[in-house]
Amino acid sequence: MSAARSIKELAQKAQAIRQSIITSLVEAGSGHTAGPLGMADVFAALYFQVMNHDPDKPDWDGRDRLILSNGHICPVLYAAMAEAGYFPKKELGTLRQINSRLQGHPHYWSVPGVENTSGPLGQGLSQACGLAYGLRLSNNRARVYAIMGDGEQQEGQNWEAYWFAGVNRLSNLTALIDRNNIQIDGYTEDVLPLQPFRHKLEAFRWNVLDIDGHNLGAIVDACYQAQATQQQPTAIICNTIPGQGVEFMENLPVWHGQPPDKDQAREALRQLRTLGGRLDCRELS
Amino acid sequence: MSDQPLKLNDYQRQPELTSTRDGFGRGLVDTAKADDRVVGLCADLTESVRFQWFKEAFPERFIEVGIAEQNLMGLAAGLALAGRVPFAGSYAAFSPCRNFDQLRVSVCYSNLNVKAVGGHAGLTVGPDGATHQALEDIAITRALPNLTVIVPCDDRQAYRATLTMAQEKGPMYLRLSREKTPRLTGPHTPFELGRGQLFRAGGDVTLVGTGIMTVAALRAADELAKLSISARVINIHTIKPIDQQLITQAARETGALVTAEEHQLHGGLGGAVAEVLAERWPVPLERVAVQDTFGESGPAQELLKKYGLTSQDIVKAAQKVIKRKNSKSEV
Repeated sequence: MSAARSIKELAQKAQAIRQSIITSLVEAGSGHTAGPLGMADVFAALYFQVMNHDPDKPDWDGRDRLILSNGHICPVLYAAMAEAGYFPKKELGTLRQINSRLQGHPHYWSVPGVENTSGPLGQGLSQACGLAYGLRLSNNRARVYAIMGDGEQQEGQNWEAYWFAGVNRLSNLTALIDRNNIQIDGYTEDVLPLQPFRHKLEAFRWNVLDIDGHNLGAIVDACYQAQATQQQPTAIICNTIPGQGVEFMENLPVWHGQPPDKDQAREALRQLRTLGGRLDCRELS
Repeated sequence: MSDQPLKLNDYQRQPELTSTRDGFGRGLVDTAKADDRVVGLCADLTESVRFQWFKEAFPERFIEVGIAEQNLMGLAAGLALAGRVPFAGSYAAFSPCRNFDQLRVSVCYSNLNVKAVGGHAGLTVGPDGATHQALEDIAITRALPNLTVIVPCDDRQAYRATLTMAQEKGPMYLRLSREKTPRLTGPHTPFELGRGQLFRAGGDVTLVGTGIMTVAALRAADELAKLSISARVINIHTIKPIDQQLITQAARETGALVTAEEHQLHGGLGGAVAEVLAERWPVPLERVAVQDTFGESGPAQELLKKYGLTSQDIVKAAQKVIKRKNSKSEV
């Protein structure tokens, strides 16, 4: 999985991940749409370029670990894992159904490769810190990538964990925060403003990068910068558009927690099929 | 199963007063010597929950978390994901009572190999008052799938429990006391998770104790003997999974039970025993526990007296339950 890919190949993976998100959510009939679509590029970059992992050996000790804290965006995790070959893509249709391995919020090892349990917000970063600390204690050079939401920064436990990671210089830990500005009750800055986010993280002794979360090159570069950073954990604030790729979903809080119906899904997929062109344009720019 | 009671320390003639936290502290050092996966985490209570000796022996395997119990439990989950055997401790009032959600989601649902340690449990923490007297921790932990709940009766049992916790896989909760109580178990008293222990034979009534209330149950049995009442005494160190067989046998053979615990009336040892009896062998039961109320500041022994947790209270409960057993109508 570490073979270098072109931005165009990563964009194709992101595109496929978005399609899988829409099709699995329409089958499920419930779930979150905007967050998963918004993080498709980050997951494509992680699973197909940045992370050192092997879907055929999910329990390989040297693998990089992805800890998902905002568990409700798990459709993007499942889509990326299926795309990478952890399980058949056909199984994505069982999302949130009874007897499925694909729970509505991720359950540790329900599918080999799901690295943690989350759902109640604010718990993932502590898990990631413990994991990073434990790997370092064992001289294991694997890295930990924690995915978090911006709304969930309101949970106090995160700040206990940021504090711990900064003081303990967990440089093998990278947090990627989905800065999409929406949560259930509206826009984050209306509910409980997060700004100045960057300064808060820096005050907790983190190295902070602020990027366009849809620019695949920027995502990959930021992760490599994090790998090269000594003595500090790195937070990558990924500015994203919730619902990215589907015009009628973009930036609207209402799509945080609802799935598309069949007609909406059809339209969403039609729009996604044209997205390739837009991504190609970005690569050229 | 043997019907012979286990040989105990002579707790009446030579009372060696020790605390279960001390047994844990020694156990953690010894288990860490044998197993380099063991790590310790504590939330600013390193000395009083007895992580101090471990910290001195293995500074590189000790993690000071600070006053952050949610993070404490999450870190422990992550360390378990990394293949470690984390012992994560604080006062029971804070862990698991404050971080129940982290214990539930990050640890138990994932079935991770985390050992949660709750110190200073119960009324006997004394002058600190009701906020610090964890009386609900057994009830909440007992409700969690995958979790084993352990309440040792003396320091030696706490020591053995700690060694066993490191060896056996899965999430576990160890409840500890600060109060010094007589050492009951002998050097060869066995310890097996999920197995209750017969501490005294008897046929008229069974007194079931856990933690520091087991010694009160033994003293109550001595008092009852003077009244020509033969009381059996069982020590339950593993509240979940509970030893259904031993409790059912006691119900069948003595026909009346009394439970004794330093915990709320609801959901603790008494609740667990009531569930077993109701489903398998219904007989009269009396529960000696804190009666659905908060504690207060005061010396430990006076608090136990005021809130009805003395051997004398167990004697009275035993007399009442025997009366119920022998009555044909509701008592």
